[in-house]
Amino acid sequence: MKNKSLVSISDYSRDEILKVLELAALFEARPNRPLLRDKVVASLFFEPSTRTRLSFETAINRLGARVIGFTDSSSSSTTKGETLKDTIKMVSNYADLIVMRHPLEGSARYASEQARVPVINAGDGANQHPTQTLLDLYSIKKTQGTLDNLNIYMVGDLKYGRTVHSLLMALSHFNPTFYFVAPKELAMPREYKIFLKERGIPFYEQFEMGKLDQADILYMTRVQKERFSDPMEYERVKNAYVLRNAMLAGTRDKLRVLHPLPRVNEIHVDVDSNPKAYYFEQAENGVYTRMGIIAAIMGLEAELTNN
Amino acid sequence: MPKQKQLQVSAIENGTVIDHIPAASLFYVIAILGLDQIPNQTTFGANLDSHKFGKKAIIKVADKFFERDEINKISLVAPHAKLNIIRGYEVVEKRDVTIPDEVVGIVKCFNPKCVTNNEGVLTRFRVEDKEDLALKCHYCEKITSRDELQMV
Ligand SMILES: [Zn+2]
Repeated sequence: MKNKSLVSISDYSRDEILKVLELAALFEARPNRPLLRDKVVASLFFEPSTRTRLSFETAINRLGARVIGFTDSSSSSTTKGETLKDTIKMVSNYADLIVMRHPLEGSARYASEQARVPVINAGDGANQHPTQTLLDLYSIKKTQGTLDNLNIYMVGDLKYGRTVHSLLMALSHFNPTFYFVAPKELAMPREYKIFLKERGIPFYEQFEMGKLDQADILYMTRVQKERFSDPMEYERVKNAYVLRNAMLAGTRDKLRVLHPLPRVNEIHVDVDSNPKAYYFEQAENGVYTRMGIIAAIMGLEAELTNN
Repeated sequence: MPKQKQLQVSAIENGTVIDHIPAASLFYVIAILGLDQIPNQTTFGANLDSHKFGKKAIIKVADKFFERDEINKISLVAPHAKLNIIRGYEVVEKRDVTIPDEVVGIVKCFNPKCVTNNEGVLTRFRVEDKEDLALKCHYCEKITSRDELQMV
């Protein structure tokens, strides 16, 4: 993993995923470890995303490195028409690592080919957001004690939700059973169902959450009105994808509710005080997970596991 | 062999005859192989009758012998093309084209938000399905299928 870019979750094997999660746990136990005191990390946000940027910059600061970069492209040279290639070539002269978010799909893969230093993809349009996936996995492992043999419910927009697609691919290393709960218009795309069939991973599709007593993880996503071709259809189905506290009665003690945030109304506020609600902690885990990813790429593994 | 066909393939002394090109793909094949850029004597025939396709096209290039990788590039637009290698007015070898595992720089990614369509990046695809043609973009990871196929 040392010096290797992280563009897509499929860039990491099962062992590499587990290694990152192991490092993340070390950082959670002791967050301030300025092991990168002499390093510079570029944080290039070609489109604004305060949540992801703050999480990354906190991770970088806790590791003791300096941050350079910009928070959206209107304040950068790209508005003057500089190509992505030229920006990346320039920045890789200054920084030891690049964290990049960009609205174009595939931009991170391209940047990783142009840069002389590793690139971490912090979101390339609707394509990939692998650090979100790793923090989801960290949250699952932390709450369940394992990633293996879990019953995973994915609820809401399974068609456009890139987080569920990446999570599905990452979990495929760990013998899961999937339950896809989505309206017909937002069902899990065929290519992912083929992916699961090829690997012999069981999945069930349903229009309603139904009984949740076998669920280990309930992964909720936003159902947005704009995604429906018929607004009436949205009105008809929207309530089926809202989680309320009463629906968690009789579920497994270990069940945890995850959500990539920000939520709109798909998790009722009455769930927030239930100990099974995990979405706020999930976001906090993002900092440790990103520290783990940076540490793995910067080759800190030996240093970390020796003390 | 029908007389007309024999005439078509035997008209050059040395070189290559590319037969069974769908008529609509002729100009793509010319562009993909860069035949508009080379000094060799080249003859095109379009809208010829074909038992297989209705209308086909044919290209004869004198003194030119294609590398396998080079010629396989046309398989996306002319999957049933046949190559006749000519030496001394004789067909010395016949070859089919095969769809390669990777396609570089020929096809456009159908995704308008792909970096290749916005930053002048050379396209690159992995061929995931050769029968139905599914090209997975190396960059945006979306699948371009036959219906969406457009040349760069
Ligand atoms: Zn693409």
